[in-house]
Amino acid sequence: MTIKNQYGIVKIAIASGKGGTGKTTLATNLAAYLSGKQKIILADLDVEEPNSGLFIRVERKHEEIMYKMIPGWEEDKCTFCGLCQEVCNFNAVLNMGKLILVYPELCHSCYACSELCPEGALPMKKQRMGVLKHFSNGKINFIESKLDIGQEQAVPLIAQTLDYVDKHSENESLVILDSPPGTSCPVIEATKEADKILLVTEPTPFGLHDLKLAVETMEKLDKEFVVVLNRYGVGNAGVEEYCKENDIRIIAMIPDDRQVAELYARGKLVYKKSSAFREALDRIAEYILEN
Amino acid sequence: MKIAFTAKGPNWNSKIDPRFGRTEYLLVYDTSTEELKSIDNRDIENEAHGAGPKTAGLIYESEAEVIITGNGPGENAARALEKAGVKIYTGAEKMKIKEALEAFNNNQLKEYN
Amino acid sequence: MKEIVVISGKGGTGKTSLTAALAYLADGEAVIADCDVDAADMHLLLSPDFSHDEDFYSGEVAHIDTDLCTSCGLCMEKCRFSAIHRVNEEYSVNEIDCEGCGYCARICPVNAITMNDQLAGKFYISTTRLDNTLVHARLGAGAENSGKLVAKVKKKARTLAEKESKDYVIADGSPGIGCPVISSLSGADYVVVVTEPSVSGMHDLKRVLELVHKFDIPASCIINKHDINPGMTNEIEDFLRSSNILHLCNIPYTASFTSAITKGITIMENGEDQMLVREAWRKIKEDINSK
Repeated sequence: MTIKNQYGIVKIAIASGKGGTGKTTLATNLAAYLSGKQKIILADLDVEEPNSGLFIRVERKHEEIMYKMIPGWEEDKCTFCGLCQEVCNFNAVLNMGKLILVYPELCHSCYACSELCPEGALPMKKQRMGVLKHFSNGKINFIESKLDIGQEQAVPLIAQTLDYVDKHSENESLVILDSPPGTSCPVIEATKEADKILLVTEPTPFGLHDLKLAVETMEKLDKEFVVVLNRYGVGNAGVEEYCKENDIRIIAMIPDDRQVAELYARGKLVYKKSSAFREALDRIAEYILEN
Repeated sequence: MKIAFTAKGPNWNSKIDPRFGRTEYLLVYDTSTEELKSIDNRDIENEAHGAGPKTAGLIYESEAEVIITGNGPGENAARALEKAGVKIYTGAEKMKIKEALEAFNNNQLKEYN
Repeated sequence: MKEIVVISGKGGTGKTSLTAALAYLADGEAVIADCDVDAADMHLLLSPDFSHDEDFYSGEVAHIDTDLCTSCGLCMEKCRFSAIHRVNEEYSVNEIDCEGCGYCARICPVNAITMNDQLAGKFYISTTRLDNTLVHARLGAGAENSGKLVAKVKKKARTLAEKESKDYVIADGSPGIGCPVISSLSGADYVVVVTEPSVSGMHDLKRVLELVHKFDIPASCIINKHDINPGMTNEIEDFLRSSNILHLCNIPYTASFTSAITKGITIMENGEDQMLVREAWRKIKEDINSK
């Protein structure tokens, strides 16, 4: 069986309201498990702390430096009128009287200072923000991007990584996106183009609280989503009751297992050792297949 | 010479604010006139990001050559101050302004770099 | 009064459970601040009364007054975030995509665009069931944590601690290494890092400690779930020794953390006497008061 839609490509985003729910474990295992059956692209969009690569051992195929556009100051043209500092809403441009300082990590690349400068003294130029790496072993294409230390804005790098993924999706590919945790802008960027979203959570009050926030975000985006309940067996029935009351489908439950935590801690794939985990992956594959 | 302080209040008895970018006041002491000028920086709490550079800009405008503070600025603000030739001294977070000035005069503060 | 901030690079290390345990042990001598605003779970363990709340605004969002708009299209042309849409000659702003740069408002020839403060969430001051004060916040969907919000939470907590003559502020810090973490650490007297012995735990520990070191704040470390990967635990212990970080304790993987969350209580109230945590708190107090 292969998974595809009318365009031949299905994009699945795996997200969670908070970190540490098993999102990366699920994304990497799902990719490895299904790679026996069809072409898979796994993209780690948690660009601040990408770690899917710790679990997927494949050869590097390509590496490129990723850039964003920021204003570059040209001293000989500048009259220090201060308009650039005034128009910047992000404190990214500072007029120091004898020099103009630009803070790349605060700059949102809105072009306002550059295009409004009366002297044309701030032309936009490329600024390094991180590195994209593409690995492949013929079955899995694994793509990850990592922000350079000190860079604070994940959104532009996520957007460019998704463009790269789109360019490298072949016919009949299944694209799995490991989204950053939380409910803020990076998550929205990572999930807004996905066909289906899996929200991973655990059956505890923390899990329920964060799931509610994630659901609120998905509803704001008007996205189709389902829940995968990880560490099933610990905690209580709160998540299940909430999902039932709100007509949210739980498509798979992964039993709580100390072995899973141990394998994860050692950077090992889990599904090879756990039949319960494999069964959950089968349920998820069935869901992805549905129209 | 002018010496600036990050402060929690507007006078000599105020405490040093350990935060750089989000300091509540900037006090500027002019050694030639012995005057202490206070700049209210409390509006900084409205800035979501980039508080450090903004405060560094104020220090530049105040013409201070030295800034005395607590934890020290983040990298962004440190770069601006360095370019403006302002020297940064840290470790005064538990002192009052007058004590911090004395500590500075006795070379008891740490130069940040 | 001393401010203690608990941080961890990655999610799921038990940071919030341990912060709540410290809040319990501080026994009325501390004001608690939840700065982990993206996953603000502290209230689930401490049952605050939400007695005081106020709206919290962060950043701006553009709004087009359609009565004034002449449909010239300049805003749409200039917007780098594709946030302005046109339907039948009527222009509007997609609030999810708007970055709040204000460029459109500045260049609109008829001043039809205003920048409005964006409602980001709610800010609370509560009394908990343990009878201490908790300062916390809740973000709306798609809103992001910021240095601003963390600074506000911490400032409120400090002011209240001074007013109530408390010995400590105990803050659950923000995850990651970006602006909110800088704001979490800035002004703190002491840092406790919670980590776990996994490949990503070690990786993130090194990154946050770099930051702590730069700010010159004394730090100590708790290794949670130490027994899921003894080899990695040894590596972390070696790393702590070589970087002069006080190693507080190793806590074994135990069901007690999850079951306490389920009951909505701290691990200190969950039957077992958590001697290790009690001892850790004693060492923290000793260490902090010797500085």
